Amino acid sequence: MALTNSAFLSVRDLVVEYTAEDQVIHAVNGVSFDLERGKTLGLVGETGAGKTSIAKAIMRILPDPPARIRSGEIYLDGEDLLKLSEKEMRKIRGRKVSMIFQDPMTALNPIMKVGAQISEVIRLHNKVTGREARERTVLMLERVGIPGDRADDYPHQFSGGMKQRVVIAMALACNPELLIADEPTTALDVTIQAQVLEMINKLKSDFNTSMIMISHNLGVVAEVCDDLAVVYAGEIVELGSKEAVFDRPAHPYTRGLFGAVPKLYDDRERLSPILGLPPDPSNLPQGCHFSPRCPYATDPCRNDKIPLREIEPGHFSRCIQVIRPEG
Amino acid sequence: MLNATTAEVIPSRVKRQSELAAVARRLSKNPSAIIGFVVAVFLVLIAIFAPLIAPYPYDKQDLMNSRKPPSPQHIFGTDELGRDVFSRVIWGSRFSLTVGVLAVLLGSGVGVIFGALAGYFGGLIDDLVMRLMDILQSIPDILLAITISVALGPGFFNTLLALSVGGIPMACRLMRAGILGIRKQEYLEAATAINASTLRIIIRHVLPNAFAPVLVSATMMIGHIILGAAMLSFIGLGVQPPTPEWGSMIAGGRSLIRSCPWMVTFPGIFIMLAVLALNMFGDGLRDALDPKLKK
Amino acid sequence: MSRYVLRRLVQLIPVVLGVTILIFTIMYFIPGDPVRLMLGPEATLADIEAKRQQLGLNDPYFMRLGKFLRDVFLRFDFGKSWVYNVPVTTELLHRLPRTLIIAVVCILLQILVGIPLGIVAAINHNRWGDRVAMFVALFGISMPNFWIALMLVLFFSVQLGWLPPYGIGGIQYYILPCIANAFPGIATQARQTRSSMLEVIRSDYITTARAKGMSEFQVIFKHALPNALLPVITVIGNGMGRLLAGTVVIESIFSIPGVGMYLVGGINTRDYNVVQSSVIFLAIAFTLIMLLVDLMYAVIDPRIKAQFAAKKRRKRHA
Repeated sequence: MALTNSAFLSVRDLVVEYTAEDQVIHAVNGVSFDLERGKTLGLVGETGAGKTSIAKAIMRILPDPPARIRSGEIYLDGEDLLKLSEKEMRKIRGRKVSMIFQDPMTALNPIMKVGAQISEVIRLHNKVTGREARERTVLMLERVGIPGDRADDYPHQFSGGMKQRVVIAMALACNPELLIADEPTTALDVTIQAQVLEMINKLKSDFNTSMIMISHNLGVVAEVCDDLAVVYAGEIVELGSKEAVFDRPAHPYTRGLFGAVPKLYDDRERLSPILGLPPDPSNLPQGCHFSPRCPYATDPCRNDKIPLREIEPGHFSRCIQVIRPEG
Repeated sequence: MLNATTAEVIPSRVKRQSELAAVARRLSKNPSAIIGFVVAVFLVLIAIFAPLIAPYPYDKQDLMNSRKPPSPQHIFGTDELGRDVFSRVIWGSRFSLTVGVLAVLLGSGVGVIFGALAGYFGGLIDDLVMRLMDILQSIPDILLAITISVALGPGFFNTLLALSVGGIPMACRLMRAGILGIRKQEYLEAATAINASTLRIIIRHVLPNAFAPVLVSATMMIGHIILGAAMLSFIGLGVQPPTPEWGSMIAGGRSLIRSCPWMVTFPGIFIMLAVLALNMFGDGLRDALDPKLKK
Repeated sequence: MSRYVLRRLVQLIPVVLGVTILIFTIMYFIPGDPVRLMLGPEATLADIEAKRQQLGLNDPYFMRLGKFLRDVFLRFDFGKSWVYNVPVTTELLHRLPRTLIIAVVCILLQILVGIPLGIVAAINHNRWGDRVAMFVALFGISMPNFWIALMLVLFFSVQLGWLPPYGIGGIQYYILPCIANAFPGIATQARQTRSSMLEVIRSDYITTARAKGMSEFQVIFKHALPNALLPVITVIGNGMGRLLAGTVVIESIFSIPGVGMYLVGGINTRDYNVVQSSVIFLAIAFTLIMLLVDLMYAVIDPRIKAQFAAKKRRKRHA
């Protein structure tokens, strides 16, 4: 991938801050990436790295106090979303860009029928009659594998996996061009995870939807994504195609992530976690955010601001120690 | 809790101390909580030093000067028997504050014991205790206080008993819930030794965890009881003159409200101050203990 | 659904019995001789003994309890006033409408003023609208209702002469009593609604609603509010308890001949049967109201409805 300007989604130097009790939390610190139509980008990183903030910033549903988009541009199909009025943005939410949230148990209104919640988004963005909305709702439900006659049931009457499917149906009801999935399978059983991922993939190819998949699970990301962005402490530390990043990880953190995953065929006695903990987002290290934990850190790492550099075509890294990606 | 560079575990005692410090810090940033606390302390001091602050004895009658409006000699005026309203209001704080705190302590104490019995023994005892609590909670607490007060008669101790009963069900349920929670965990781990160590576990785990909401609810309860005590005295129960009590003072001034409004106004202001201060502090305490609410 | 109602009604019986027994028992243990206090210092021993016999006070506890329960629940007869020898039940029924009017008006005020106030405060969280509303609410829950009543009388009757300070007759006689009694309730309701709303607004499904492209107005009124009002309903029920107890004092101040004033009259004349019966009467009324509130809750919240419907229905595979 390349940081060009002709991509479907183009995020440039996004900065998001949270103000809480006189402290400023730097959640997103200058994130840039592109996404082409029909492709899937994975945002990988630990909890608290800023992935969800990036996603919510794109949709502009960050809770306004305390969060604020400090600066940056988000171009969707040429338009800077951050410059749109709230009214214009509302037309985009749910229609052009949709989001699937992490916890299906709490993502649905408990006292509203499931079908009504899906019809709601259809009627928000389309001039249809109640009956037509209902028909489309039933269609969407069937598409995600839920019998249409369950449209009049309430969320608590569904299992976790089915609730997540309802959420997906709701997100795709208006055929969005961009789908942001924030850890859609994390709260589900492993077997259900596979089903849901398969379904997402199928819907994606049916509609040629572009997708951003947020996950801390590398296995999920490998299944679904074309490109990968590794996020650490509010920055992208590595960016490239899935193959490039998996086969030739070019940042100590990425390598640490891969190394931390237990492998069936590996005859090791101990896991090798990355030592230490993620930095305090209100008090980030001066230079490279990963330097306190990095086994290769040098003084320039700790003191200078490290930019994202292209180390091979379409593969970027924010590490000055990695001159040549290793095998 | 892990230390970031060395990954050592910090003992929970230290963790709790730093949690307390965090709570205190949040409290100190809350202006209304501070005001509430200061006013409450101020009233407590007034109650303690009443003999020194009050210019006249609370039962000194001066029929020549009865029903006089506020003046330099009598800041709050005099009542129908010439007693100084200001002195009586000052002395009245003793009764209200004492009854408030003691009734909460008594009610919570009894409730905690009931809850502990119900949670620990379970079975029939649990059922009985819970039925009793259901019955108690089915009567609005002021009506219950009135009934007990009528049965026992007026007086400090009787009023204290009457007002504390209302607090029993809540404390009982909180305690019982705490114990049941712990018991459930214990069952998963070791079925044996549960009886021997449960008491220690209750003291070391249940009480500290339950402490926070109980503290908040206790603070609000004191205010509620002060209002209840005033109401009891107002309708002729509770404590009666010559004992100075804010509620009975208002009752005494009621028939003279046209001519001597100060008799009714000032005691009421003090009731309001006391309860307001406690509520402001209680609100601040609740916000400080649950920082999520701040955002 | 009707099974649920029936079950709850049946569950009510032991509670009502328990309440009656409890109050009867408390009143039974009055120290001193109530008859002596009632008849005054001039009464002779013979008079006292005769009165005791007449009132059945010499019978043992269980016999008196049994008689009382039988009379109250099977014959709906609370006995006679000890002082005036008038049937208590008729008095209670006669006075009930006035107490109910005040209670109902107060509840309406609480709902119609308290809830919107709470919503406005929640929407303007931490801005001045919220702070002002909550400060006023704080005052409202800190003042005794009888003092509010007297201050209102002082201002509106004595100073301004707009409203009558006591009695019954037309609507104007009920205005001050209802405001005074409702004031703390409105304040509590506003605070409760606000915290319920604040919690709901933080929920995930609200973010979902926003992500669908709904306007903030729609999000609040279609999604947040219905969920926030659920717990508020139980608060209304509890509030009724406060109100019923509050009418005791309010009726005294405004000389409104309702159940509350009857109770206070009984206290003053040491007419213990009146006291006992009035308290039991009010307590039973409160229990019935709480039941109604619970039922309403079950009707409105689909999750609770489902618990009882699902037992009969075949479990669907999820």
